[in-house]
Amino acid sequence: MLSFIAKRLMSGVLLLVVVTSGTFFLAHAAVGDPTPGLLGNSATPAQQAALRARIGYDQPLLVQFWNWFSHAVTGDFGTSWRNFQPVNDQMALRVPVTLSVVVVATVLAAVVGVAVGIVCGLRPGGLLDRGLKLASVVLFALPGFWVSLVLVTWFAIELKWFPAIGYVSPDQSMTGWLRSITLPAVSLALGAIVMVAEQLRNGFLQVAGQDFVRTLRARGLSDRRVTAHVLRNASPAALTVLALLFVGLLGGAIVVEIVFNLPGIGSLTQSASQIGDIPVLLGLTAVTVVFVVIVNFLLDLVLGWVNPKVRDR
Amino acid sequence: MTAPLLAVEDLVVDYRLHRKLSLRALKGVSLSVGPGECVGLVGESGSGKSTLGKAVLGLAAVTSGRITFDGTDITHARGAARRRLANDIQVVFQDPYGSLDPTMTIGEVLAEPLVAAGSRNARAVVAEMLDHVRLPADSVHRYPSEFSGGQRQRIAIARALVRRPRLIVCDEPVSALDLTTQATVLDLFLDLQRETGVSYLFVSHDLGVVRRVCHRVSVMYQGEIVESGDARTVTRTPEHPYTQRLLLAAPVADPARQSERRAVWLALRDTA
Amino acid sequence: MTAVPTPLAPLAAVKRISLWRRYLRRPLGVVALAVFAFVVAVAVLAPWLAPFDPNLVDFRITRAAPGGEHLLGGDSAGRDVLSRLLHGARTTLYGAVITCAAGVLLGVPAGVAAGYFGGVTDRVCSWISDALQSVPGMIVLLVVAAGTGQDFTVLMVALGVFLAPGYYRITRARALAVRREPYIDAARVAGVTNPRILRTHMLRAVYAPIVVQTALTAGIAVGMQAGLQFLGIGSASTPSWGQMMNDGFQTMLTQPLILLWPSIALGVTIAALAFIGSTLADLISVRADQPSRRSRGAVRRELSTSSQVPSGVHVHEVCALRVENLRVGYATESGVKEVVRGVSLDAAPGEVLGIVGESGSGKTQTIFAVLDLLPAGGTAVADDIRVAGQAVDKRALGRSIGYVPQEPMSNLDPCYTIEHHLVEPLRHVHGLSKADARARAREVLVRVGITDPDRVLRSYPHQISGGMAQRVLIAGAVAGRPALLVADEPTTALDVTVQAEVLELLRELQQEYGMALVIVTHNFGVVADICDRVVVMKDGRIVETGAVEQIFRQPADLYTAELISASLDDTEGRHELDELARVGGEDETR
Repeated sequence: MLSFIAKRLMSGVLLLVVVTSGTFFLAHAAVGDPTPGLLGNSATPAQQAALRARIGYDQPLLVQFWNWFSHAVTGDFGTSWRNFQPVNDQMALRVPVTLSVVVVATVLAAVVGVAVGIVCGLRPGGLLDRGLKLASVVLFALPGFWVSLVLVTWFAIELKWFPAIGYVSPDQSMTGWLRSITLPAVSLALGAIVMVAEQLRNGFLQVAGQDFVRTLRARGLSDRRVTAHVLRNASPAALTVLALLFVGLLGGAIVVEIVFNLPGIGSLTQSASQIGDIPVLLGLTAVTVVFVVIVNFLLDLVLGWVNPKVRDR
Repeated sequence: MTAPLLAVEDLVVDYRLHRKLSLRALKGVSLSVGPGECVGLVGESGSGKSTLGKAVLGLAAVTSGRITFDGTDITHARGAARRRLANDIQVVFQDPYGSLDPTMTIGEVLAEPLVAAGSRNARAVVAEMLDHVRLPADSVHRYPSEFSGGQRQRIAIARALVRRPRLIVCDEPVSALDLTTQATVLDLFLDLQRETGVSYLFVSHDLGVVRRVCHRVSVMYQGEIVESGDARTVTRTPEHPYTQRLLLAAPVADPARQSERRAVWLALRDTA
Repeated sequence: MTAVPTPLAPLAAVKRISLWRRYLRRPLGVVALAVFAFVVAVAVLAPWLAPFDPNLVDFRITRAAPGGEHLLGGDSAGRDVLSRLLHGARTTLYGAVITCAAGVLLGVPAGVAAGYFGGVTDRVCSWISDALQSVPGMIVLLVVAAGTGQDFTVLMVALGVFLAPGYYRITRARALAVRREPYIDAARVAGVTNPRILRTHMLRAVYAPIVVQTALTAGIAVGMQAGLQFLGIGSASTPSWGQMMNDGFQTMLTQPLILLWPSIALGVTIAALAFIGSTLADLISVRADQPSRRSRGAVRRELSTSSQVPSGVHVHEVCALRVENLRVGYATESGVKEVVRGVSLDAAPGEVLGIVGESGSGKTQTIFAVLDLLPAGGTAVADDIRVAGQAVDKRALGRSIGYVPQEPMSNLDPCYTIEHHLVEPLRHVHGLSKADARARAREVLVRVGITDPDRVLRSYPHQISGGMAQRVLIAGAVAGRPALLVADEPTTALDVTVQAEVLELLRELQQEYGMALVIVTHNFGVVADICDRVVVMKDGRIVETGAVEQIFRQPADLYTAELISASLDDTEGRHELDELARVGGEDETR
């Protein structure tokens, strides 16, 4: 078990290094000389050269990489090329906002998705099951930001149940925080709920048709106990989907945040991308990948606990 | 005795289970098959009998030892050399459901080995082979799912025969079939051998089946051949204790004799 | 035999319907396809259909309401909404095609190679795929867009890279499954080259799932593309739906219609793709459709009114098991298929009854009906089923009936220890305390011949051998001391030497506990070994019932005689057969 954990951790660290390094070179290749973007087209060559020197862009790419990487390992992602604020400070303000939306959405997806999935798995072909099938196609079809546009129009502007835009930190007001992230989280979670529910429902039906379930029934176990066996066997697939969704929701949050005007990483990424502010983009990539690695690691632990075969591998 | 068609000498095959752990499936096995002969290979699961068949077919990597076919060393034949062997060595597998590609018509299945060899008159040969294995000619346009287990096994046999090989490795070819079907497929194997003079390396767990089709038999246990000899002797009055146990363990369809056999088996088990 | 038997008349005419024809029978699929075809047509013909240049600015129609020559009005920059919508379809589909092509070209070859060759290829490809799935694509796409934002094609290729793992996973899984099929080995032995195997067998196997995946991927691609455009990525001179939505979003409160049109276009297009995908997925998956409750009632009615005369006889007054005129049917497209057609049988306490027949005879269906454990879609009707004198209900299972399955490994839950398998029923069905249940589990494991019960109790199913798993299952079946033990081909999946051990164990337990034992088998050797009486089944009916000695000595039915003579013990060996053939041949030539 220990070597299993060590292996997964190593794999996560490797992923982090590969993705951030890859993004570094990708960003440099994509952006090219950042100074026109940063200063605008009216800047003189001298101003541009001064900025290049200040941000270290005049050094060879590998040197730049090493400067960035050696600091990043210690958790220091440098300063923004636009306003020279430390990237860490900007992220410290914004990451909690995005994270709270994504975590709430994931929890919603897990709780509601699992409940719906079980009910549909128990009664395939029933009313809820047919509803799920329709919903899975419809909600899959509608991108999260589209759903959020509808939700804003309806619940915030028409009914005025929730604030249309803006974010309230939980330090200021717990209910205010909840109200401010409910709509964004729900618009992200809707599609995810359906995916989790469908995965669980299909896995549930597949397991329910296996031989050992018949044998469990033949032993006289109650429906509730047999369901528990089926659920445990069906859960790895649903858990895997949930972990993948977390990654997807991080990306989806970027657009949804802009609709709801939340001060998360979305608008930061957008503006950094438009002007080619590479340190900010790299910092954001690294932080999101760290979260992904943590989630995947937790997933591996849970899968190992659920299915003993995984541990022995 | 004439020179053997297939000779296996001191064959060792290891399966790598893990980076460090490997399993010795064959521990120095020797065996020969003459022209027109059927040699049986009997054992239980894990005995290595299927591995030997796979090694001959080039589907399992050989650690040491030698396999010669018609005097040529084919132990490590790969690529083009191995593909040339397809002219001489063919196979019939156990599973009548997995051994035919469900997306191909029977015509395509049977023509595949011929097309691979660049043959031009594939159609005529396919029709002839279907007739050989007693299947109607209109089978060529049908898909495997339209046939029963026994019929599929006939198709698999036809596929093995289209290149007119000299040796067919039969890996448990009847063990997935119903008893009555099994008997007719075994008869087909016998008829085809008499008609074409092909040799069989016949892998099976069933001493009764092996007695019916094989001239000589080798019994495998945990990667080794524990007894070899004439099929009559090995399948009726074996010498090795393992073969004796194997023979006694299979129940016979006669209540009085089975109760005698069971008593002998129990005695043997308790002394072991 | 757990599958529903589907006897097939030899080479009967079989209806083969192409996927395409079957697709056209699904109304939802047809509508979705029509809608999508419409979108494609609009995209192709946009330059001729659009009434105005999509980029032509006319300040008079800024945010104009629909009407007049501007059917859908004007946007916030004074451009014709309808024209932009039509040209936007072009952009959208072009992007989707690029994305899907990139995904297919990267994911499919990698997936096939990883699945077919395995080893290092597989490990490397899978790591890359996992890594790609772990990267928040939106951020990296924004990084790519940072410099090349105006180059739409590059961005769509990058999007395709992030969607490639979807293709990779699905093709790898298929290729891995197909790789283990004997027909691939057969092709290799037949001299078919690797590239050819990949081209024919592998591509055929992955083709259908890839088509489904493409419909779904195209939907995702269209959505993400719109999301990127909504964020302001992409050239302003190329009209796109996402951009139009952004424009509408700014004026959502005053002119909601500007947001509405592109939203409808986007939603309808993605929905069409999604419905096409789900219809295709339904068609290619072999999953049996769940019969509705109504059809189950219909099956029941049809079975009840079937005029079959019961087959089989009753011989005992006091029965551990008594089945009266049992019928089992499955609902199929062409009506109810009866797999058991009027079966009556009984077994006395302490008797061993064999139910013997070939595959498709209905022997396994008969006992599943007795256990009330028919697979989904199966319905049983009987005049009477009694176990130990009681009508069978849910409470009988595990208490008065024990069940031993055929395949030991698949009948243990892989997620639980052996201890849990044995203790759970003892505690929750038989009401033993935790300590008592443990003690009883250990005791019964020792009884079935397991020498190190403590280790086995701690083990998971994959850690023990097949023979041992079957002993565990037998232990579980007899732990509650049932009056009747039902065993479905209990030795078929086992090696011969293990089979003898298991039969011996069943015999001992049956005598020790005084249970009735009903054993389903296709093997007359097993019948001769263990049974007192035997029921011979064929095509869902009993052809003969009798004491074992009598059946073997003097089978009354021709079919029974044929089955018994098909067993190969003591038949002629190869040498005798060759001798006979030689003599026969000489006779003919003479």
